[in-house]
Amino acid sequence: MITARTLGLVAAAGAWALTIGHGAQAQDTIKIGELNSYKTQTAFLDPYKKGWELAIEEINAKGGVLGKKLEVISRDDGSSPGDAVRVAEELVTREGVNILAGTFLSNTGLAVTEFAGKKKVFFLAAEPLTDKITWQNGNRYTFRLRATTYMQVAMLVPEALAAKKKRWALVYPNYEYGQAAAATFKEMMKAKQPDIEFVTEQAPPLGKVDAGAVVQAIDDAKPDAIFNVLFGADFAKLVREGGTRGVFKDRTVVSVLSGEPEYLDPVKEEAPVGWIVTGYPWDKIKIPEHQTFLAAYQKKYNDYPRLGSIVGYATMKSLAAGIAKAGSTDTEKLITAFRGLAVDGPFGPFTYRASDHQATAGAFVGKIALENGKGTMTDIKYVDGASVLPSDDEVKKLRPAAE
Amino acid sequence: MNLNAFVFQAVNGLSSASGLFLVAVGLSLIFGVTRIVNIAHGSLYMLGTYIAYSVATKLGGALGFWGGIVLTAILVGILGAIIEVLLLRRIYRAPELFQLLATFALVLVFNDAALWIWGPEDLLGPRAPGLTGSIELLGRRLPTYDIFLIVVGPAVLLLLHMALSKTRFGRLMRAATQDREMVGALGVNQAMLFTGVFALGAMLAGLGGALQIAREPATLTTDLNVIGDAFVVVVVGGMGSITGAYVAAVLIAEVKALCIALGIVDFGLFTVNFSKMTLVAEFLVMAIVLITRPYGLLGREQGAVRSVAEPEEPLRPATTATKIGGLIVLFVLIAMPLIAQGSPYTLVLGIDVLIAILFAASLHFIMGPGGMHSFGHAAYFGLGAYGAALLVKWFAAPMGVALAAAPLVALMGALLFGWFAVRLSGVYLAMLTLAFAQIVWAAVFQWETLTGGSNGVLGVWPSAPFESRPAFYYLTLALAALGVFLIRRFLFAPFGYAMRAGRDSPLRAEAIGLDVKRIHWLAFAIAGCICGVAGGLFAFAKGSISPETIAVSRSIDGLVMVLLGGLQTLSGPIVGASVFAVLQDSVMRSTEYWRALLGGVILLLVLAFPAGIVGGLAKLFARRKAAS
Repeated sequence: MITARTLGLVAAAGAWALTIGHGAQAQDTIKIGELNSYKTQTAFLDPYKKGWELAIEEINAKGGVLGKKLEVISRDDGSSPGDAVRVAEELVTREGVNILAGTFLSNTGLAVTEFAGKKKVFFLAAEPLTDKITWQNGNRYTFRLRATTYMQVAMLVPEALAAKKKRWALVYPNYEYGQAAAATFKEMMKAKQPDIEFVTEQAPPLGKVDAGAVVQAIDDAKPDAIFNVLFGADFAKLVREGGTRGVFKDRTVVSVLSGEPEYLDPVKEEAPVGWIVTGYPWDKIKIPEHQTFLAAYQKKYNDYPRLGSIVGYATMKSLAAGIAKAGSTDTEKLITAFRGLAVDGPFGPFTYRASDHQATAGAFVGKIALENGKGTMTDIKYVDGASVLPSDDEVKKLRPAAE
Repeated sequence: MNLNAFVFQAVNGLSSASGLFLVAVGLSLIFGVTRIVNIAHGSLYMLGTYIAYSVATKLGGALGFWGGIVLTAILVGILGAIIEVLLLRRIYRAPELFQLLATFALVLVFNDAALWIWGPEDLLGPRAPGLTGSIELLGRRLPTYDIFLIVVGPAVLLLLHMALSKTRFGRLMRAATQDREMVGALGVNQAMLFTGVFALGAMLAGLGGALQIAREPATLTTDLNVIGDAFVVVVVGGMGSITGAYVAAVLIAEVKALCIALGIVDFGLFTVNFSKMTLVAEFLVMAIVLITRPYGLLGREQGAVRSVAEPEEPLRPATTATKIGGLIVLFVLIAMPLIAQGSPYTLVLGIDVLIAILFAASLHFIMGPGGMHSFGHAAYFGLGAYGAALLVKWFAAPMGVALAAAPLVALMGALLFGWFAVRLSGVYLAMLTLAFAQIVWAAVFQWETLTGGSNGVLGVWPSAPFESRPAFYYLTLALAALGVFLIRRFLFAPFGYAMRAGRDSPLRAEAIGLDVKRIHWLAFAIAGCICGVAGGLFAFAKGSISPETIAVSRSIDGLVMVLLGGLQTLSGPIVGASVFAVLQDSVMRSTEYWRALLGGVILLLVLAFPAGIVGGLAKLFARRKAAS
């Protein structure tokens, strides 16, 4: 007699066996394994995907790299480090890639960084902002494109200092990105403005800010200025409640990432005018690199790019440039090529620093303004990432694990 | 901070409370009558925000906003009725909790549907026409819409109260909450009653969502953000008690408002940022309430549900054929590294599947034969994982020591939490386990200096001789097989019989001298301990861990695996875990809308196998045998 137990187990083993036999195929393309939290960070990653698809199309239209076309194998990373590591292993062992790219969340980015270091796979972290990817937990196999938490804050600090305000309130999402941004801001401000006071700190859970109560608590602390790190839905709630309650009136607000269309556009005509932000004013950037990118993007998608589009586009452009410079997809040669690699992105040229593997891609700093019922930025200036990064000697101390 | 500030924050809290109440009350009604743990309630709320946004922006003006709210509530109510008729009605005869699996699938489907219809961006609705401004109160500005919300909560409460006490439908609902079989026996059309209640609950969820569009954007993460809060409010208030739900909503909202108002407090020796406590405030409240009042604030002991499902077959020791079959499977698994030489990924997935099996089997041990439905089993998985990882991080412990510590840490956690949990039963026990899991999660998340906070612990790799993948696979296989064998051994020892006796008839079990609480407590500890092994293996398999190992979603995954395989069979969790892990892995690769596909497959499985996969197959065999 065959019981259900046996049968079930055999069925399970059978289902499992189905994955066997998927061997490596002949390599006439260069495969890039891409993984990201497409299901939970949709507002950023939908344009991101469009961005890298455009880049791949352009690269392959010109004949690819080293005579081969680029092929991206894209996967959802399940928005969790555990799943991300499995997906990374799948890309490496099943699809046979030796170049990984992507990730959004800090913890998934770090988990893949750790995986790349252990398994000696090249990894270009596209979006995660945590400083640890290139510093504390950095390794020789991992590079990162996006301007980090530290850099984003450092770009805003001169503006915050120029406002000459004494009493600051901080509001940030309660996880590593928010905590690190707040800590960096406090440290840098204190160093330059010793009499500064931090009158309150609100750290609501990510995605669940009780905006009414939080802005009220900020108001009750009577700050002269506010430093905000909330983004996404939290940012929209904060802006609306703060507007209704008049909390931002006559106060300087410095806010990280809020000028990115992903987060600014949903608040439409309620865009908080005058906030000093980092972001991406896509219709104001007149440099030729960006004009070309913008035209191509709008032609292909009939939509304007978001910051995610820039990150996705620059990720694949970086990989193409790196592979071309290395003359091979060999991991060690790629690492050598990426150290000091110069790339032309939509924001102009940038390089991957040899010292900490961080790209010097910068961001735009400016003030939020309202034009035609939509939020945008004015007084914009591009801050080069290289100008806010610590020196090579300093980062050496920050990278204990990396050679 | 002065008194005015606190009073004002308390008023703020009341408007949040109304929001919480509206999400929770529908859930409470649905659970009270149908006993369905409706995880899709948050999805209905989310759809409410999206539909109301669409109506408000398409129609525009006061009609679009206010009319949109009414229209949304009606539409979501109709959707609820459709769900009940097309899906849930088909599986009421399934074993207890099985409907949870169907609603879980709906969460996945609805989320992808919303992404497909409304796109990826957050959608911030218009302000409420007529209520855009604010009034002066205590020298501060209170939005008029908040005042409106403060009134709406109690108004809905009053309306529902009237409806429940004065109408025939309401009387039937209350009767069904107390004893639904009796209501059926008296000739009431239960199908209509259930559909009506589900539609009403869904309508309230839609209304709750629609009312929020003036305050927050419609976003795809709302569903899971809301559902946790809703369950907490329902349980703290007492299942089925709508007044209780309101009281609980006020209590929780006020605790949070107080935390936010306190902000940073300097205690001299150390400072505490109370605003960070909002992460876990509701779960702390729930744990305290459930420990002191086992049925919630205003709840009463649940009426016994005489199960409508077919009676469960008693567990039988394995026959020779089963043993041989099990051995064959084990041999196949042992030979796997050889079979799969051409595709190393098989072993990667294999390790994940084996860990999932150990996780699900340990959960099944207390859920099935133990009758204790743990909604927070991830706590012990996480404790094991962190126990091992932190030893490696802080003491550079060798892998053997760290892996041995994993079950011990989990065991200690399970002994502590289990002691409280076994004092409760049914859904209250389930929610207390969830509260404990959330408290562990929050502690790990907040205690950054020790645990690495949200980024977790990195650099936990297997050491020699388990560095190679096949070696680690064998280690995982050995421990998983040992765990599953131990669980079986426990179940067929006198201890296992005593545990099942305590589940089936606590009174009789007590009467023959069994200390039911103590036995269930030990069972809880054993399950936690074995689950800890799975956690420890997970840490080494991934090289890093983060608080998501303890998150609610992992607990839900565990429930899904157990229910998918079949609660009433011992091989159920093994099959369920394998199917779920393999399915998720292949579905995630195959389409952009993988959640909808995964949800769709689970729905099909739910409809095809209302007793779980193994249960369904077993029944099929039994029928064929009887025929021949």
